[in-house]
Amino acid sequence: MLKIEDLTVEVNGKTLLRDVNLEVKKGYTNVLFGPNGAGKSALMRTIMGFSEYKVVKGRILFNGEDITGLPVDERARRGLGIMMQRPPDMSGIKLRDLVKAVSKEKKDPEKLAENLDMKRFLDRDVNVGFSGGEIKRSELLQLAAQNPSLYLLDEPESGVDLVSIEQVGKTIRELLEDGLECPGERCTRGKSALIITHTGQILDYVQADRGYILCSGTIMCSGNPLKLLEEIKSKGYEECIKCKLMR
Amino acid sequence: MQADEVNLKKRAESAAEKKAAFGEDFELEKFGEASKVSKPVEDLQVLDEESKKTLLQVGVIPSGEGRAGSLLMLDNAISHSSLKDESVELTSTKKALEKHEWLKDYFWKLVPVDADKYTAKTYLEDADGYFIRAPAGRKSALPVQTCLLLGSKKVSQTVHNIVIVEEEAQLDIITGCTTKKGVEEGLHLGISEMYVKKGATLNFTMIHNWAEQIGVRPRTVVHVEEGGTFISNYICLKPVRSVQTYPTVRLEGKGAVARLNTIAIAHPGSELDLGSKALFNAPGTRAELISRTITTGGKVIARGEMIGNAKGAKGHLECKGLVLSEKGSQRAIPILEANVDDIELTHEAAVGKIAKDQVEYLMARGLSEEEAVGMIVRGFLDVGIRGIPEELRSEIEDTITQTALGM
Repeated sequence: MLKIEDLTVEVNGKTLLRDVNLEVKKGYTNVLFGPNGAGKSALMRTIMGFSEYKVVKGRILFNGEDITGLPVDERARRGLGIMMQRPPDMSGIKLRDLVKAVSKEKKDPEKLAENLDMKRFLDRDVNVGFSGGEIKRSELLQLAAQNPSLYLLDEPESGVDLVSIEQVGKTIRELLEDGLECPGERCTRGKSALIITHTGQILDYVQADRGYILCSGTIMCSGNPLKLLEEIKSKGYEECIKCKLMR
Repeated sequence: MQADEVNLKKRAESAAEKKAAFGEDFELEKFGEASKVSKPVEDLQVLDEESKKTLLQVGVIPSGEGRAGSLLMLDNAISHSSLKDESVELTSTKKALEKHEWLKDYFWKLVPVDADKYTAKTYLEDADGYFIRAPAGRKSALPVQTCLLLGSKKVSQTVHNIVIVEEEAQLDIITGCTTKKGVEEGLHLGISEMYVKKGATLNFTMIHNWAEQIGVRPRTVVHVEEGGTFISNYICLKPVRSVQTYPTVRLEGKGAVARLNTIAIAHPGSELDLGSKALFNAPGTRAELISRTITTGGKVIARGEMIGNAKGAKGHLECKGLVLSEKGSQRAIPILEANVDDIELTHEAAVGKIAKDQVEYLMARGLSEEEAVGMIVRGFLDVGIRGIPEELRSEIEDTITQTALGM
């Protein structure tokens, strides 16, 4: 589904990612761990195609197609969808109108909003004055309207209180399951995801298939996500860097 | 002639050549005098289709449905005036002056005749206009609609309006200023003196829809008494040669409130010099001046001025300008002045292009770049028209969409 090969990325002439290789297979949910400033968000935003991120080497393949040079909207149309950590304030644009436009008028904003307890936000300007949890729910609402095949979720649990995290986690699970419970079926028809997580909290709600550790702009390690999380919790990221150096 | 009038005449004559403080200087002699007589129109619905469309585009409904009354001024003649709601008075300024002896106390009391050559000309031509008065305690949300129509080529239309909202009354006005199809060149000079008395509310919406070679010089002053509210929505979205306006609201009574919203688009060849000014002359007065302007190649100067002269005054000034073309320019000139302590005046000004992160955010949801820009522009201007009557919104939003996509 998504394949990243030897990706090196710069922002304003500064290298943020170096020789990154990563893969998300169809129906898989992969997680990306890493300390602050490792380049996790940069990687996600590069995959989505935000113009600030310049790919200087390598390529991004989506369903076999090289999308490295495609603009953001083309990528969205091919099935990529992102949940941003800090989306811009969209003054004057009501959430209702955005949800309508995103779903091409096909979905009822009221209905979608009900599941996320966002009905009272439909007539508010998108992201303006939203709290951390409200931003997450608003992003998920927009994604539900967009219905991508690959979800790029940037720290869905950050800045969210304990009650909201339950809601956010469950919604993500529902979106990813997309009505399919059988893991076998998921691999042929299901949704895929790449999730950035700091704390691993989201793993209480979604079953992750593979984990990657990103430090200093490079993938240090990959493997079973829960095992990786355990390692990180007990030894910290320092160990990952040392480990990579020793290999 | 009374002493007052002699004095006014003298002052006007002395200002006949006086250039305005801002904006392109128009040579008045290049424009003919617009006709002061026109065939009365009994019913606006009998106008030809083209004229009716022109009226509709500025929010004036020919059938008068949903309106308390309608008035049409064609060139310099009032050609139609009708009332559906008798609780309000609507007539020409001249007729009102004949009828009400006291009206002279409101006549040229807010706008100085010698402000510039445009005010002087309007006085010296003894211009007519609309007179609207809501009697004390009148409550009705039905707006009065007026249309100032420039119907002849290369003439100057001079207008003198007086609006009085008596104590505790409510009045909504929709004014559409426009040109007949084919009238591309001309001048519109409009004096408006508005009085909002104790506890009264005036909600004034003005839509300008001119043509490419029209010069527009409105001169408006509003006087608001204790507990009164003045709300203005000014909309100018179509090409015009030059508009220069600087409506001033004098908050003269305790707790008086003003809110002025401006949305405008400067097309290539247009110069829009749009300001608004609030004078806080009584304690606890408040004002909000908000301007949202876009250039697709024209020049915008967004002025805003707040002068605090009394304690407890609170005001916010916001000028935001989008530049959608390399040829356009935006200049925001906010002025704040505090002349006593215990005053809170703030401003926020920003000019520039559409933020790329906003466009890409929407594109990441599958909207094309064009759709994303259209949505942002509509949203940008929407902030400035949230107070306007609902039925005017769709027309305005359509215009905005067309402009945003056609740049």
